[in-house]
Amino acid sequence: MAQSQAEIAPVLTHRPSRTPKEALQEWLPKLVLAPSFAIILIFVYGFIIFTAVLSVSGSKLLPDFSTWVGLGNYVRLFNHPNWITALKNLAIFASLYIIVCSVLGLGLAILLDQKIRAEGLIRPIFLYPMALSFIVTGVAWKWFLDPGIGLEHVMQDWGWTSFSFRWIKEGQYAIYTIVIAAVWQSSGFVMAMFLAGLRGVDNEVIKAAQIDGASTVTIYRRIIIPLMRPVFLSAFVVLAHLAIKSYDLVVAMTDGGPGTATWTPALFMQKFTFGRNEMGMGAASAIIMMMMIFAIIVPYLYSELGGKNERR
Amino acid sequence: MSFLEIVNLEKSFGATRILKGINLEIEKGGFLVLVGPSGCGKSTLLNTIAGLEPITGGEIRIGGRKVNDLHPSKRDIAMVFQSYALYPNMTVGQNIAFGMEIRGVPKEEREKAIREVANLLQIGHLLDRKPSQLSGGQRQRVAMGRALVRDPQVFLFDEPLSNLDAKLRIDMRTEIKRLHQRMGTTIVYVTHDQIEAMTLATKIAVLKDGVLQQFGTPAEIYNNPVNMFVADFMGSPAMNLVPATIGGNGSGLTVEFARDGGRPPVSIRLPNAPAGMERFKGKPVVFGVRPEALTDPDGADRHAIHVETADLMVDVVEPAGADTFAVTHLGGKHVVARLRADARIHAGEVTPLAFNLTKTVFFDPETQQRIV
Amino acid sequence: MSVASQDNATRTGVFARAAIYTVLILFVVYYLLPLYVMVVNSLKPLDEIRAGNMLALPQQWTIAPWLSAWSTAQIGVSPTGLKPYFLNSILMVVPAVAISTVLGALNGYVLTKWRFRGDNIVFGLMLLSCFIPFQIVLIPSARILGELGLAGTVTGLVLIHAVYGLGFTTLFFRNYYEAFPTELIRAAQIDGASFFQIFRRILLPSSGPIIVVTVIWQFTNIWNDFLFGSSFSSVDSIPITVALNNLVNSSTGVKEYNVHFAGAILAALPTLVVYIVSGRYFVRGLMAGAVKG
Repeated sequence: MAQSQAEIAPVLTHRPSRTPKEALQEWLPKLVLAPSFAIILIFVYGFIIFTAVLSVSGSKLLPDFSTWVGLGNYVRLFNHPNWITALKNLAIFASLYIIVCSVLGLGLAILLDQKIRAEGLIRPIFLYPMALSFIVTGVAWKWFLDPGIGLEHVMQDWGWTSFSFRWIKEGQYAIYTIVIAAVWQSSGFVMAMFLAGLRGVDNEVIKAAQIDGASTVTIYRRIIIPLMRPVFLSAFVVLAHLAIKSYDLVVAMTDGGPGTATWTPALFMQKFTFGRNEMGMGAASAIIMMMMIFAIIVPYLYSELGGKNERR
Repeated sequence: MSFLEIVNLEKSFGATRILKGINLEIEKGGFLVLVGPSGCGKSTLLNTIAGLEPITGGEIRIGGRKVNDLHPSKRDIAMVFQSYALYPNMTVGQNIAFGMEIRGVPKEEREKAIREVANLLQIGHLLDRKPSQLSGGQRQRVAMGRALVRDPQVFLFDEPLSNLDAKLRIDMRTEIKRLHQRMGTTIVYVTHDQIEAMTLATKIAVLKDGVLQQFGTPAEIYNNPVNMFVADFMGSPAMNLVPATIGGNGSGLTVEFARDGGRPPVSIRLPNAPAGMERFKGKPVVFGVRPEALTDPDGADRHAIHVETADLMVDVVEPAGADTFAVTHLGGKHVVARLRADARIHAGEVTPLAFNLTKTVFFDPETQQRIV
Repeated sequence: MSVASQDNATRTGVFARAAIYTVLILFVVYYLLPLYVMVVNSLKPLDEIRAGNMLALPQQWTIAPWLSAWSTAQIGVSPTGLKPYFLNSILMVVPAVAISTVLGALNGYVLTKWRFRGDNIVFGLMLLSCFIPFQIVLIPSARILGELGLAGTVTGLVLIHAVYGLGFTTLFFRNYYEAFPTELIRAAQIDGASFFQIFRRILLPSSGPIIVVTVIWQFTNIWNDFLFGSSFSSVDSIPITVALNNLVNSSTGVKEYNVHFAGAILAALPTLVVYIVSGRYFVRGLMAGAVKG
């Protein structure tokens, strides 16, 4: 019975106490938590407010709290070709990254789920890129896709002399090379999420479907994949979040180039704030990034935590 | 003199009142069982006695001392938890001695206490094992050992047997009773199992929705339930609660049960009806009869002052070894009768069944309370 | 679960199995290829990379690029190799991981076992802090580091990483301790154990797995960080990722690809070793970090 109540209820809350020592014991939990909470309040939420204030100020090289421009920075931002490029790149990058990672992740997970002999060997190989820094990934792919020494050179060396692959040097296509590297880094992780989801499917449901005469393909298509909805959602949230923050990989591979062809919002923020002394616009771009992320994360967390509370 | 007293106890979580003005007391050496369905507040009540949850109002006294504001460790209590709550990283011996270790009791004394308790519970050979290496019954014993070693004024048990299988549960039940008889300590025991309550308690408190329904000895609770909830909750199979009407002619009252198919109602005389029954004449009541008070005429209690027989159609016969249960239909409800094992009875036949009217009770269907 | 039951598998036939294995092996090659390229080319002389084939094994094996990357390569203005920056990273990672893990464990303990009015709001705010794009705190962080006199120091980076790791460490420990039976805490209270005694004697001995998960997660994230490192470090506090980027993307001089590859492997080595040694916990951290929010 009170099992459920006990969980909602505090294990021990305030009670008038006798000795100073007991009083200390009572306040100790809050005293222990307080510094962390204060730090988060200041360093996260205080700083967000600080940045929000900067974004409506006329700050250039340094924070400047004497001139106010209202939404001027945001207007300039959305009229700036570099920001528009960054947004376009984000749209291309994020949608391809999410779709390819999900398809690849699910596909590999299903293949690995067919009682594969060497699963214990293959799975870690799919996943290890996740342990690498984006900078390392960027270096590896930057040179591998470099026409001078990389893939193009290799193909020509093997006799396919007309082979050409110089996307990384071409403004129109460079963003796709970043997708290739990012997918390489993250798809194994998405595979692991799907594999965990597949392994969590109730065996009896599948047996029932087999008795009903469903083929393997039908069982996946009609029963298992629909059950993976929460995994798709989690994968989407994680990948979208990573995509919006993408910065290191771009810096390492192209540093935004050629020209401004591979700028992303994160790169824009960095370059405008610290490179071009446009702190107001930089702050505005950071606020926009945060709004994009919160638009995805907040409903997700709300449904996750809300659902948990109901279950209690 | 009462040893543990609970006066007007109130407990709320935010706006939700969990315990509503509970009054209870138990004498020294008594065995108080708190029983009720899920969510009735019985575990919360136990936790407030332990000091694990603060109270909103009222008073708790142990041995005449008000303990409302005392830390659990200073209330001189010990508790056995439903999950046993053995510290997984410590051995059995360390588990038992942890409280003493915290209090700074010297090692030799601790070892001596561990040995004594281990002997008492026959767990000497388990002292160096970790809880994960024990069976359910062994864990249960260790949990009791940890409580016993404190030598407290009050033992608190929170559904201690609910995680054991059926057979072990009965063994441990007997063991707890034996231990109580031997040590004579005061015990407060929470369970949702009314058989445990009946077998162990010297006093039972029945709770529902945070309200104390009835407080009394097992016999009082069983024979004289104050309302339909207690009547229905205590006893297995449950008491039959049959809608009926009080009728009567000049000579005395009768109780009438409707039958389906337009047949005339079954009517039973009530020569010794309680005084309050007069005003229910012509009105509906709920007639309560325990299965053992409804039996074949030969098996009826010879000492019963008043037995009435009625012919009833038997729907289902369930032989259960020691007894045979017969299910019949009365007042629009299934009614269970308990017969001797060798009673000659067949489904689909009309059979005479005897009502032991000294053991029947009446309830007002509106208030659900007993009519006295 | 696995759909392909024994007889189902025979029906699907050898053909389908072969196809499955072929696809899997192709992807194994895809995932291993960049690592192979890095390793092979870090052991070749530079002209062999320029003239030869990137996928070919070295004709002339050499460890000179490794030595150069470690101790003599030109990074920024000084020819120090990656060594000092590797040390910077270690000096940064160890205290930052320790601080954030200890605080996270205590926070998780309080938030699950000593609950109070408003604890869910506290947790919600800490949880949400895991997801902010760090760009939003860059400017004020730079300012506060300046005011604390920590601008451009390793200590400053430790502070920043500890602070912005707190949300995750708290989340990990909270979720782990949530499942830890509260009855054990109650039993210990009745036994008279204090707040810290309960933590140290009851909770901590059972926290091994989650400590490992948290430490690995924090270590990997902080070691691999680039944004904070590039924003808040000065010449003598640059972490390895930033140094590697400087090495590879310096616009002057000859591009020493073999040194770049050796440097990249050096920078990746600590996290790779952690992954190989305790991959199971690494994956668990990823999952906990991802699925739980």
